[in-house]
Amino acid sequence: MNILVCVKQVPDPVEIKFNSETASLIRACAANIVNPFDKYALELALQLKEKHGGEVTVLTMGPPQAVDALKECYAMGADKIVLASDSLFEGGDTLATSYALFCAIKKTGEFDLILYGKQAIDGNTAQVGPQVAERLGVAQATCATGIELADDKVLVAREQDDCQEIIEVKMPALVTVAKLAVEPRNPNIRRKIAANKIEMPVISAADLEGIDAARLGLTGSAVKVKKMFAPPVRGAGIKIENETADNAVKALVDYLSNAKAI
Amino acid sequence: MANYLLINDEQADLLNSIKEILHKELAPYVKEYDQKGEFPMHVLKKLNEAGFHSLNLPTRYGGLGIDKVTECLVMEEFAKVDAGFAFSYLTSGILFGFYEYNPDVSEELRAYAADRLINGDITAFALTESDAGSDAAAIKTTAKKVGDEYILNGTKCFITNGGIADFYTVAAVTDKTKGTNGISLFLVEKDRGVQCGKEEEKMGLRLSNTVELIFDDVKIPAANLLGRENYGFKYVMHEMNLARPVNMAFAVGIAQAALDYAVKYAKERVTFDKPIIQHQGVGFMLADMEMLTQAARSMVLYAAMAIDKGLPLGTLSSTTKTFASEACMKVTTDAVQVLGGYGYMKDYPVEKLMRDAKIFSIFEGTNQIQRMVTSNILARSK
Repeated sequence: MNILVCVKQVPDPVEIKFNSETASLIRACAANIVNPFDKYALELALQLKEKHGGEVTVLTMGPPQAVDALKECYAMGADKIVLASDSLFEGGDTLATSYALFCAIKKTGEFDLILYGKQAIDGNTAQVGPQVAERLGVAQATCATGIELADDKVLVAREQDDCQEIIEVKMPALVTVAKLAVEPRNPNIRRKIAANKIEMPVISAADLEGIDAARLGLTGSAVKVKKMFAPPVRGAGIKIENETADNAVKALVDYLSNAKAI
Repeated sequence: MANYLLINDEQADLLNSIKEILHKELAPYVKEYDQKGEFPMHVLKKLNEAGFHSLNLPTRYGGLGIDKVTECLVMEEFAKVDAGFAFSYLTSGILFGFYEYNPDVSEELRAYAADRLINGDITAFALTESDAGSDAAAIKTTAKKVGDEYILNGTKCFITNGGIADFYTVAAVTDKTKGTNGISLFLVEKDRGVQCGKEEEKMGLRLSNTVELIFDDVKIPAANLLGRENYGFKYVMHEMNLARPVNMAFAVGIAQAALDYAVKYAKERVTFDKPIIQHQGVGFMLADMEMLTQAARSMVLYAAMAIDKGLPLGTLSSTTKTFASEACMKVTTDAVQVLGGYGYMKDYPVEKLMRDAKIFSIFEGTNQIQRMVTSNILARSK
């Protein structure tokens, strides 16, 4: 059982700051973390490995400091870690990113199962996983909360509003993972120390045979960001408190008509 | 940590990992378990899973083999969150009587004990008895050799981790006629019939497990003798001499936690139109607390460096122990004072730190004994 988990390093939302003048994230002050949904994907992969054996590889595409995210994944129990890093990959939208990742996955190896977090908490597009599945031509399932293996098939559990849905997909498959009932395991300190000493394979664009550089990064993107701005801060709302519902409704209607909203 | 400049990248990395996991897995339970006076076993399991057990075990046995300086920094970091848990957890992996300097201990016994620790077993050191504390040579537990076995009889008290340990290092009298030269150390597995007596209800360090141990005709193989027969007291004195200053890293952690909280509070709390840290009476108290904490840390790490280099400690073991424990008591008491009425309330964390601080002046040889040792060394010096 060969499992690949694709992860993304994202800014820690707790420490994020926005520069309203330049309308961009202040990257320097933000600590980076492994995208939380990707950690659930890794947790699931490690559980599958513990149950069925095999190997878990983690791949990320990002700047050189994305190595820290990979080391954390290694400390959690991943067997292999691979970084795809090249200035040609920079600034891509989901189309260019999924193309680069597709090429990098081909280079990394053959996998029975590829896991993604359902979305990254910085861009929140939830598109890269499904796009990669399409490019690879494999079956896909999204927003999984559990995975079981049955011969050459994967049974994927998905939470719906009022029920749980189990769908069956044939392997090889790509599954994106939502929040699980269990929290991802803690990184192991011994593996963390070992991670500092392992040799990290780095894939650059030049390593990817037949890659079309025009489809990478900013050049290869279909989406161009015209403007970024921080939304205006919303003030506190008002609360209408009244002894009876009738009076409260009356007060609300009065308020809305005074504001010429109705 | 911010207060210790001579830290390297590897140590900083390790401490950050520790801070992160303790914040997540231990901090939320401290208040509840302090009230209950119970060791949070589930936290130990989480930390073991994350590989934090037996950090100081040599690498050839599968440990991380961290040096004493790093160990002290780790202990301080743990103690900042809770010194009781820190004390139990970090000593649960220390094989008393086994270390490099003790070449008398057989390789088989070392490997056996190390193996058990790596697999998550807990160990404890059983020396103290109801009538033998600082005068440890007065112990009455006996080990009688019969054929290929020793038979142990007696009762130990105040044994840290006694109730949760899987095996113990036990000090027992092997020759009544020889005094300190008639005591030996043994490795005793719990399942050989060691019974736990009452669990102590303590003033502080309430997350640590402290119990009475009863040995009633407990038979162990002769091969479980640690090192040489009748040399036990020498091993104990040697190891205690090294452990004493290092264990004060817990006291430094408590002091730092109290200081940090007091400073934060003194910046926020306003009286007579200014934060109380701006009132000289309070500001100077905080300055004194900072001095004591820095000085205590410096002594602890200085002693740790000397141990790492294998240098004789002289008075350093006793003086570090005495100074750091008293600094910790003073700093925590003053932290309660800075917080005023709130400091006295259990809703705020400093009263607990004050309770935790007290034991450091008592155990590992009281501060009175340490002053006696120090003055004796001075008297003998040329």
